[in-house]
Amino acid sequence: MTAGTGQTIRDRVAQFLKENRSDIERAWAATPVFTARRPADAAEECAELLTGLRHVIETGGEEDPSADGLATVRPVLASLAARSAGGPSGSDRPDVTVLKGPLLRLWREQDLPEDIVHSGDLVLSNVLNTLRIALLEIELSAGAETILAQRAQLTELSTPVIKLWDGILAIPLIGTLDSTRGQVATESLLEQIVAHQARVAILDITGVTAVDTLVAQHLLKTAVAARLMGAECIISGIRPQIAQTMVQLGIDLGEVATRATLADAFARALGIIGLTVRPDERAAG
Amino acid sequence: MSATSVVELQDVLLVTIQGELTDEDAMALQEELTTNVARSSARGVLIDVSGLDLVDSFLARTLHDIAGASALLAAETVVVGMRPEVAITLVELGLTLPGLGTALTVADGLDRLNGSARRR
Repeated sequence: MTAGTGQTIRDRVAQFLKENRSDIERAWAATPVFTARRPADAAEECAELLTGLRHVIETGGEEDPSADGLATVRPVLASLAARSAGGPSGSDRPDVTVLKGPLLRLWREQDLPEDIVHSGDLVLSNVLNTLRIALLEIELSAGAETILAQRAQLTELSTPVIKLWDGILAIPLIGTLDSTRGQVATESLLEQIVAHQARVAILDITGVTAVDTLVAQHLLKTAVAARLMGAECIISGIRPQIAQTMVQLGIDLGEVATRATLADAFARALGIIGLTVRPDERAAG
Repeated sequence: MSATSVVELQDVLLVTIQGELTDEDAMALQEELTTNVARSSARGVLIDVSGLDLVDSFLARTLHDIAGASALLAAETVVVGMRPEVAITLVELGLTLPGLGTALTVADGLDRLNGSARRR
């Protein structure tokens, strides 16, 4: 087929899209992609989508996901992608391939010569495939952005170092400790030990969901590094189940002091720096 | 370039290490210190490593040896002022310096040697 014929076909298909737009829009609005929307919104999105696709076909960019016409339907695609991000993935996500069936059915009902019907089929299939690629691209980039932002937030969240008393620091560890988060926590703890001239550092693992050999190894390393700097480390918040798991795994924290609760660890820390807490007799009397 | 100085503070030897320490320097330091401890019958040795940004396995072993030799001469060894990055590196290398006393600052180290209340 020559380029000239290709252009003729494209013109014919574009004309078909223009003449039958209300039929096509009605058929599309009934597909699962749009039924979740309010009818008015669905009609508007279908119309925009159709105009964009016609433009793509007229300019011959039906195999190029970055074509001009697709740029105009990007807002619609972004809204489709945003809906899929909220819902469960897999079969429930909007899939623009369901638009192909009604469109091709209407095209074949046009009562045209067979070779034009076949060529037109090809053009329409191509443009919808390209549309699908564009939608996937948008979904993927949106997902990647979300993941990056959340990872940064997690790292920030994971490492508050709290000063409990002159010379006593606590670092509450929360969630799952992977190697990056563990390293950030260790480094900020050691830096704060120097900054506050802390004699005791409490590693509180109340919020840690699971302690495996890797996490235990990490806690141990942090404790030893703190000792090398001249500070003592206490590990607190070991829940009974975690204590049992650690014993079963054969984890030995060696000479690192451990306490059940942060309060116990704090009492021990006060003892190390030579302070005691006692009732105020005046207040009691 | 490295500069080490040994200062006698009553019955404690204060050793300050500045800059990088080569293996020869480390060995010389070990010999000088042991001689000094024996001569002055010092009760304690404080090694200030806050000026060191690199501690290798040889230096770690030397510190361990110094502590061992000093203990034989009835002196306690305390390493003070180790930087966080140095501490992390040593731990990653598996050099945990067992049996070596540590303290945050020289003052803390002196407190520790004097066995006084560990309060600043």
